[in-house]
Amino acid sequence: MSGWTFLGPAVLLLVVLGFVTFSILFERKVIGWMQARIGPNRVGPWGLLQTVADIFKLLVKEDTVPAKADRPLFKAAPVIAFVPSFVILAVIPFSEGLVFADIGVGLLYYIAVSSITTIGILAGGWASNNKYALLGAMRSVAQMISYEIPLVMSVAGVVMAAGSLNLTAIVEAQEKVWFIVPQIIGFAVFFTASLAELNRTPFDLPEAESELVAGYHVEYSGFRFAFFMLTEYVYVFAMAALTTVLFLGGWNPLFGLDFIPPILWFALKFGLIVFSLIWIRATLPRIRMDQLMQLGWKVLLPLALFNIFLSAILKEVLSGLY
Amino acid sequence: MDLAADYVTIVAFILIGLALPAASLTAGRWLRPHKPTASKAITYESGVDPTGDSRVQFNVRYYLFALLFVIFDVETVFLYPWAVAYDDLRADVGLFILVEMLIFVLFLVIGLIYAWKKKVLEWT
Repeated sequence: MSGWTFLGPAVLLLVVLGFVTFSILFERKVIGWMQARIGPNRVGPWGLLQTVADIFKLLVKEDTVPAKADRPLFKAAPVIAFVPSFVILAVIPFSEGLVFADIGVGLLYYIAVSSITTIGILAGGWASNNKYALLGAMRSVAQMISYEIPLVMSVAGVVMAAGSLNLTAIVEAQEKVWFIVPQIIGFAVFFTASLAELNRTPFDLPEAESELVAGYHVEYSGFRFAFFMLTEYVYVFAMAALTTVLFLGGWNPLFGLDFIPPILWFALKFGLIVFSLIWIRATLPRIRMDQLMQLGWKVLLPLALFNIFLSAILKEVLSGLY
Repeated sequence: MDLAADYVTIVAFILIGLALPAASLTAGRWLRPHKPTASKAITYESGVDPTGDSRVQFNVRYYLFALLFVIFDVETVFLYPWAVAYDDLRADVGLFILVEMLIFVLFLVIGLIYAWKKKVLEWT
């Protein structure tokens, strides 16, 4: 292991932190416009430094640990939640040849490692020894495990079409047709389930302010709280990148417009997904807990299972087309 | 890049992922005030003094959903290798490979329907 091994991941970390900083601003701006407001516009030109100011404010805030909390677990929980969110980025191919760890089971690795965050959230809620935090954490875990099933099943169709779990191979299999076309049901299930996995509106029940104050991170303050927020936005980055890779053809160009560099194509599709996430947040109200569970188990799971066999039949009918 | 190098990169990712919280929380310790008082350390309960234990009894439904999760998550363990090898198996044994998975999934769907009828999936 040489020093160079660390350079790539360190640069990616900076890129991700930059993305998180400006996607939070972008989200606030876009939601502001959608609600006929201006959004942040005081700190720096056009409000560009708003999130930077927020981060520094969190950095100098006192870090309180409740007397009743389980101290070691309380302090470890944000780290347990954050580390997997960054580690999964190792397998995402951003462009041709631009992938940090091109492992054969890339997709499985992503799904397996990303579920460790659930433990961090549960640990945080439990260690806080607070009723709201524990309720929020339990809801969060129930939601995440319920939606992980349709999420994982909806990708099985993509795996069948590509014949590989390697994300680079999956992108290369989409040279002719992006998987969003033959796998449209899979995409719909995947996108809905990914909204729930990201705990974003309309599935942001773990943080339902009107009933749970803030959910699993009620007792967290200062930079430990910041790490839970950071985790959420790093997952937005990771999930948008994964959606691009699995369904939108990764860096493959559309209509043969290959004079645009592949990395830019990736960024365009990635940006579209991130914008859609914000758009949905501004559009839909939060759903109820019973609706959430029924949507996951009664609608998305049967659809995802149906999609597996539909893609097998499609493979028979359209063999060789994609 | 050979196989081992890819996993070394993942170790590098883990180490850098751990370094960021370690560095920023240490830097934060030098910058932030530290004036703990007894009232700051009280568990938050909307401004009221907390009563009773926080680790309260939970709705048993969480447990039932956890059980369902385990069943279907194990199913995916079988589903993924099948999906990866589908083309090869299709060439080897023909459509039987599809029928076989259909039977397997059907058994689990029967379980899901049972849970559905038993109103396990309702949240009331």
